[in-house]
Amino acid sequence: MNARAIVSLLSGAVFGAGLALGGMTNPARVRGFLDLFGDWDPTLAFVMGGAVLVMVVVWRIQPRLAHPVFAQAFAIPTRKDLDVRLIGGAALFGIGWGIAGLCPGPGIAALVIEPLGAAIFVATMLAGMGFVHLAERKS
Amino acid sequence: MTLPGFPDAAPLAGLAGGVLIGLAAAIMLLGAGRIAGVSGIAARAAGLGGSGMERSSAWAFVIGLPLGALVIMAALGGIEASFASPLVLAIAGLVVGVGTKLGSGCTSGHGVCGMSRFSARSIVATLTFMATGFATVAAMNAAGLEVLR
Repeated sequence: MNARAIVSLLSGAVFGAGLALGGMTNPARVRGFLDLFGDWDPTLAFVMGGAVLVMVVVWRIQPRLAHPVFAQAFAIPTRKDLDVRLIGGAALFGIGWGIAGLCPGPGIAALVIEPLGAAIFVATMLAGMGFVHLAERKS
Repeated sequence: MTLPGFPDAAPLAGLAGGVLIGLAAAIMLLGAGRIAGVSGIAARAAGLGGSGMERSSAWAFVIGLPLGALVIMAALGGIEASFASPLVLAIAGLVVGVGTKLGSGCTSGHGVCGMSRFSARSIVATLTFMATGFATVAAMNAAGLEVLR
C-alpha cells in the first residue's frame, strides 16, 4: 500500500465513523429528514451542516498548499456548466435515496450493520453504475 | 440534548458525525488531493469508470467506510437501523447507481465537498436530489407505502 492508499483508508474509516455516529446508516433517520411534509427529523441537516462547515475552512487552506501531502497535484473538478445529465441524474438519485433512505456512503458503511440489506443495495447500485458506464462506452 | 419541537432528533450526534465526515473529506483532499465522493470512488473501485484515482486508494477508502462504522458500533454497543425489504433495497440501489453515475456524484461529492467550495454544479445537484428525495417520501407516504421494517 502506498501513502495515498493509507490516507484513503483513514479517510474512509473516519467517514464511515461519522456516518454511523450521525445516524446516517439508519434509513429511518434519513427518511425522517426527507419526510419534510410529515414527521420531520432535522438530524441530517446537522450532519450536512457540520461536514460543510469543516470543508468551507479546508477549501480556504487548500490553495495555500503547492500540492497534496502525499500526491504530486490536486485533482479537483473544474466543470462549471449545468446540463440535463447532471440535473436528471441528481433527480433520479434523489428518488432512489427517498425510496430506501440510503445513499452510497451509508449503504457501504452499513455492510457491517445490516449485512444482507446493505449488500443488496450496494450490488444493485454498482449494477446501475455499470449499466450507465457500458451504455456510454458504446456511444 | 434535544431540539425543541423535535424530540426524536439527535442534533449533537448529528453535528459530531458531520464534523467527522468533514475531517474525512479534509484528509482525502489535503492528503491525496482528491474529492471524497463516495459514488465516484465506489465506481472507480469496481472498475466502472469514475475518477483517475488509483484503484488501490479507491478500494482502501471503500473498505474504510464499514471499518469506521464498526468502531462506532463497538463504542456505542450497537447501532439502530431499520432497513427496507430486499426488493425495495434492490430497486433503490439501481436508481441510486444510475442517478449518481449520470449526475456525477452523491451526497458526499456534491453535498459536502462541492457545496462547501460553492460549485454551481454541486449546489444545483444537491438542491435537485433533495427536492426529489422530499417528493419521493411525500408521495410514498401519501400512497400509504411503509417500506422500513
